[in-house]
Amino acid sequence: MPRREDLYSDSPGGFEINLDHRKLKTPQAKLFTVPSEALAIAVATEWDSQKDTIKFYTMHLTTLCNTALDNPTQRNKTQLIRAAVKFLETDTLCYRVEDPPALAELQKNEWDPVVAWAEKRYNVTIGSSTSILGPNIPASTKETFISHLASYNMWALQGIEFVITQLKSLILSMGLIDRHITVEKAVLLSRLEEEYQIRRWGNVEWAHDYDLCELRARTAAGTLFVHLCSESSTVKHKLLQD
Amino acid sequence: MAALGAPLRTLRALLRELRLAAGRHYRDSPAYRHVLAAFRAHRVRAGPPPTAPCPALPEQPRRWAGPRGRPDRRSPQVTSEKLCRAQQELHFQAATYLCLLRSVRQHEALHREYHGKGERSPEEVAGLVGFRLPQQPGGKG
Repeated sequence: MPRREDLYSDSPGGFEINLDHRKLKTPQAKLFTVPSEALAIAVATEWDSQKDTIKFYTMHLTTLCNTALDNPTQRNKTQLIRAAVKFLETDTLCYRVEDPPALAELQKNEWDPVVAWAEKRYNVTIGSSTSILGPNIPASTKETFISHLASYNMWALQGIEFVITQLKSLILSMGLIDRHITVEKAVLLSRLEEEYQIRRWGNVEWAHDYDLCELRARTAAGTLFVHLCSESSTVKHKLLQD
Repeated sequence: MAALGAPLRTLRALLRELRLAAGRHYRDSPAYRHVLAAFRAHRVRAGPPPTAPCPALPEQPRRWAGPRGRPDRRSPQVTSEKLCRAQQELHFQAATYLCLLRSVRQHEALHREYHGKGERSPEEVAGLVGFRLPQQPGGKG
């Protein structure tokens, strides 16, 4: 049984994870190094929680770190930001139904306040639409989000883009990053139509709860990852240089 | 700011999840120690309030000074409870980590329950209807 102190170690380049006297490596065989001690502790905890088999599908923080280190999609900062902001054109919170009226009402009551918060917080116009083409997002709105996201480092951006693809919403993701809503709330709002259908037709545990837990886990991991990679006081900057 | 509830409740739930994840030696785990240390470090201290109070939360009412107007000296650290930004950030991080641990545990439980069993082996299938597979030490031939 490994001693607790040996699960991770501090080095000039960052924090490394120790597995049975070997150093953890990424899928592309790079040395697994993270810029934040809290993140290293959380990753080490993921590994320490594994019992007989390594269940990689539960190790979301490890996966996010691997993505940040290997950058398998080979995207630079500009491309990542563009991909993230592009999601605004198909943002879940902007696509409204007209039928059934109960769902339309639910979307209005639950989503309008968050859209309003984003518009106020970032001083932009977003709006919503019932058209199949979606809302018409002004170029100035996109520019504002592009320049805001540019203030994040590459690691945090990988996390932000991950959360956006999970929730299918830039607005909800910014709500999380800015600590305006909790993960549970963001996931609920992302899955509003599913939740509506579940309440109407009943819950199927092996499908609905399974998806719900997985989405919560991934979203929570992404959010935590972004925050831990953004804390300037505790982060080793060398790793985060773009 | 997100509606998070009481920090102490979050902390307790988070420590419980860490205990479930780590097993017997959870108290020695780096995560357990880190979380406890972070919460201790951010507890409200006695002394003058911060010069730039955070706007998010209203100031808590001062403790009642007693029937003769004497200040309550029993617990100086709660004289003026303005929660600062650092505490809010810590609480949000703790709540997020709690959500992660809890959701992973629940997801794994559901996976084991519904998706993990896979197909039955031929021996199990035969056993369902009361048969045993024939022994063929030399193979099928």
